[in-house]
Amino acid sequence: MPEHEADGQLATPTHEVRDFLHRRREQIAQRWADEPLFRAVFTVSRDEAVEAGKVVVDALTQVADSEQVEDPDSAGFSAVREQLGRMGAARSRAGLSNTQVSSELAALRPPVENLLAADLQQAPPEHLRACSTVLTVLMGTLRLVAMQTALSEWQALSDRQRMQLLEVATPVIRLWDGIVAVPLIGTLDSARSQVVMETLLNAVVEEHARFAILDITGVPTVDSLVAQHLMKTVAAARLMGAECIVSGIRPAIAQTIVHLGLDLDVITRASLADALGYALHQLGADIVKPGAGQR
Amino acid sequence: MHTAAGVEACLPIRSDMDLVWVRQHVRQAAARLGFGLVDQTKLVTAASELARNTLVHGGGGQMAAQHVSSRGSQGLRLAFSDEGPGIADLELALSDGYTSGGGLGMGLSGARRLVHDFEIDSAPGSGTTVRVTCWVVRPPRPREGV
Repeated sequence: MPEHEADGQLATPTHEVRDFLHRRREQIAQRWADEPLFRAVFTVSRDEAVEAGKVVVDALTQVADSEQVEDPDSAGFSAVREQLGRMGAARSRAGLSNTQVSSELAALRPPVENLLAADLQQAPPEHLRACSTVLTVLMGTLRLVAMQTALSEWQALSDRQRMQLLEVATPVIRLWDGIVAVPLIGTLDSARSQVVMETLLNAVVEEHARFAILDITGVPTVDSLVAQHLMKTVAAARLMGAECIVSGIRPAIAQTIVHLGLDLDVITRASLADALGYALHQLGADIVKPGAGQR
Repeated sequence: MHTAAGVEACLPIRSDMDLVWVRQHVRQAAARLGFGLVDQTKLVTAASELARNTLVHGGGGQMAAQHVSSRGSQGLRLAFSDEGPGIADLELALSDGYTSGGGLGMGLSGARRLVHDFEIDSAPGSGTTVRVTCWVVRPPRPREGV
């Protein structure tokens, strides 16, 4: 850069690129509108794609003006960050992998580079090379910004889904007067088991439950920590006057618990139906098949 | 053999989420090698205990899964290693009900009962490595399904 400044004839490559972007705003946006990324996102009209392209070119011009072409946090990008994120998200919703979205973003560079080369035909080769290096870096940063934005949206989505999972996966079902059941599904990590304990204890109070059934049919692995969480929940429910029954213990889980040496100090039943039958019997309500008795 | 693909892996153990990966990988690898449902469950449970030890006591580490075979028998070897404080008294750590972390104290000793081969390598200050191996034992008259 210093040698170009020294001869006073040529602008610095960064400023050259800035002026070029400003001058060719319309043409660049037109060419981008024909690229798969813009065509696929802006399906309503081509004008819409061109307008969106112009906004991106303006952002790049601003970034080049501030001479922060390598900085994805540059102020110029803030205007288009949301738009780029939306475009990336739209493409991944359409079924594209991250790599494919990234290569569609990369495809925005060649048209601009060709325009630049055409514009600087008369310039010395080393100046053209310096300018296209700046442009390449700038477009690389643009791609990074777009991917960053898309990734943070996916992160937010997965955080939301995690929160949803915490709530959705722990319904309390009232099976009978005084009998509630909680079907447990998935991994009982600390956060989940805390939610389970709270919802179960609340249900015990609200439903005046004397029996609470914890069904672990949907829990793939019962190790010592899961067992400990279960026992704590059982002990807490017991303190509130409800007896707990753990049901849904599959044969493989039963054998594993025995080998592991765990002593589940709680009433257990193989299936939810058995647990319900036991609880009903304890409440004095036996289920009788029609024809077996007088009624 | 085609079974090696999808079995060999080296997974980091840095958070609770990593434990989920470890369990899923072990379950898939065991199923691929032809372990029955009971043995799969045992192996996954042992892996879950050991991986949690690596995380809680060792401050994080990794699990390496390896496909082994000996005299026509297929097996899965899992190595859990960390660079934590190590175990001072192995005999005490391996006894039922002993805990230093507020758990039930059945993790290490229980995991040993769930696998066929169990090796532990640890000294204070030099981290801990636990290697376990399970073999697919084929009964004389295999009965498929339940």
